[in-house]
Amino acid sequence: MAAEPQVVEMTLESTLESVTAAEEVTTEVCSKAGFDEEEQHRIEMAVHESMINAVSHGNKYDAHKHVRVRFQTYADRLEIHIRDQGLGFDIGHVPNPLQAENLLKVSGRGIFLIRSFVDEFRVERPEGNGTEVILVKRKNSKKNSDQGGKHREHEGENAPR
Amino acid sequence: MSMKAKTRRVDSVSVVDISGRITLGEDLTELRHLIRNLLAQGQKQILLNLADVSYIDSSGIGELVSGFTAASNQGGQLKLLHLTKKVHDLLQITKLLTVFEVYDDEAAAIDSFQKATGA
Repeated sequence: MAAEPQVVEMTLESTLESVTAAEEVTTEVCSKAGFDEEEQHRIEMAVHESMINAVSHGNKYDAHKHVRVRFQTYADRLEIHIRDQGLGFDIGHVPNPLQAENLLKVSGRGIFLIRSFVDEFRVERPEGNGTEVILVKRKNSKKNSDQGGKHREHEGENAPR
Repeated sequence: MSMKAKTRRVDSVSVVDISGRITLGEDLTELRHLIRNLLAQGQKQILLNLADVSYIDSSGIGELVSGFTAASNQGGQLKLLHLTKKVHDLLQITKLLTVFEVYDDEAAAIDSFQKATGA
């Protein structure tokens, strides 16, 4: 039987301060899990961008809506679940920021960066409401971060931006 | 650490020394206003010194792009100086190193503006 993961869970308000709070916990969890400084930074950035999506695009800074963040540390990987209470959107409509016509666009790089910095990126629509993104970073996996725009096989039909 | 930005003049170039985090929030608005104000004052040669920038997110990258476009549209130039490894990596994976002129040496960066204007 697989060992139970170590779990850290938090419920946060829909504010930019919550983004910082989630990053700080990410640093602690990553450190305990044994990720080196470079990997920690990448995971923190993926969490930062996911939290921005949840707080601003998902919950639209609504004081009545919250973001749930759950860190699950396994022997071989770290899983981070970030769930907002927004409506989600179609990932198929997110333009590739590397295409020449998009290079000078001001926005549209968040999802790309998340994909670049973790090994798996999944988007789910749980029963009830909200959108949940799941970030998976394997231990001892140095992902080449130029793969951000290519790995789309884990995405659901609806996702944050 | 929140973002701080100070502007100094070197010849005809406005050098903006930025430190801290360039991320979504009030700091980003401040940076936007700073660049727009420089352009409005006719200071169209802008060099952003990112040596002390510890962190930049997708919104921060967007603001750099916005400043670059605003300067270009007004016949000016916005260039980058002293990228940290983290910021360099970000601009590399987003292919923005193909857009921005990036320098490791301030004197060379200043000189590049003078050459561009034939000064």
